[in-house]
Amino acid sequence: MTMVVPTAYYVLLAATLFTMGALGVMIRRNALILFMSVELMLNSANLALVAFAQARQDVGGQVLVFFVMVVAAAEVAVGLALLVAIFQSRQTTDVDDISTLRG
Amino acid sequence: MELVVFILTALIALFGAGAMLISRNAVHSALFLLLNFGAIAVLYLLLQAPFLFVTQLIIYAGAIIVLFLFVVMLLGAERDDQETDRLAWQRPVALVMAGLLLAEVVYVFTSGVNIGAINAPAVADFASPEAVATALFTRYLFPFEVTSIILLAAVIGVVVLSRRATHDHAAVATQATDLTQLSERR
Repeated sequence: MTMVVPTAYYVLLAATLFTMGALGVMIRRNALILFMSVELMLNSANLALVAFAQARQDVGGQVLVFFVMVVAAAEVAVGLALLVAIFQSRQTTDVDDISTLRG
Repeated sequence: MELVVFILTALIALFGAGAMLISRNAVHSALFLLLNFGAIAVLYLLLQAPFLFVTQLIIYAGAIIVLFLFVVMLLGAERDDQETDRLAWQRPVALVMAGLLLAEVVYVFTSGVNIGAINAPAVADFASPEAVATALFTRYLFPFEVTSIILLAAVIGVVVLSRRATHDHAAVATQATDLTQLSERR
């Protein structure tokens, strides 16, 4: 079982996807898109973990990805519930409009 | 052959991520994110991770994207921010910072890390679903049990957060003098 695709390619792809997710968090103002960008970053981290797990032939990395998925699912559920609650009181998903805590 | 599949899938993943960022419509963004998750699932398959391939499809493509689409429809928030960015200077700065981040990662990775050093000899089927389950229920049993508490906390949190509206109804009900007003509010 020879490894045809070098691990480096996977990690560079993961780094690019992570950067795109970080860029999305910075340039977009719609809270829904921000959540999607966070999911993108979590996924790119997962991809790097699986790539390293394959390089080391160690199943531990994949178990960690499983836990990341669980936390991501919990985070999305709570985050979207928060978003719905905010939308019910303020009628917006624009994070610039949610500035009640501003000094 | 495997390299061709990798390059095609990587391009699809990058396209999905980029289109998600650019798309003005939140529904389109969610669907492009689905494309990206699907491409990453295929990459998991290439990386000998069949269990994660299935999990990725079920949890991300099946559950999380559907949740996103539900919330987008529930809020009617599919049209986007109409470029009302109050921090206009933030966008170019963000582009520069993202470029710097990527350059930094690529530099560190190409100069400092010797990936070849960590390559282990190949083990047939090292990550079959059976192997993952064995690791999950023996060595990682405690973290696995902790995930159940995390999920329970998330479920309770979501229920509490979405019960807020009914609390308002209860407040209205105690204050309302006539019940017709209450039914209108509801």
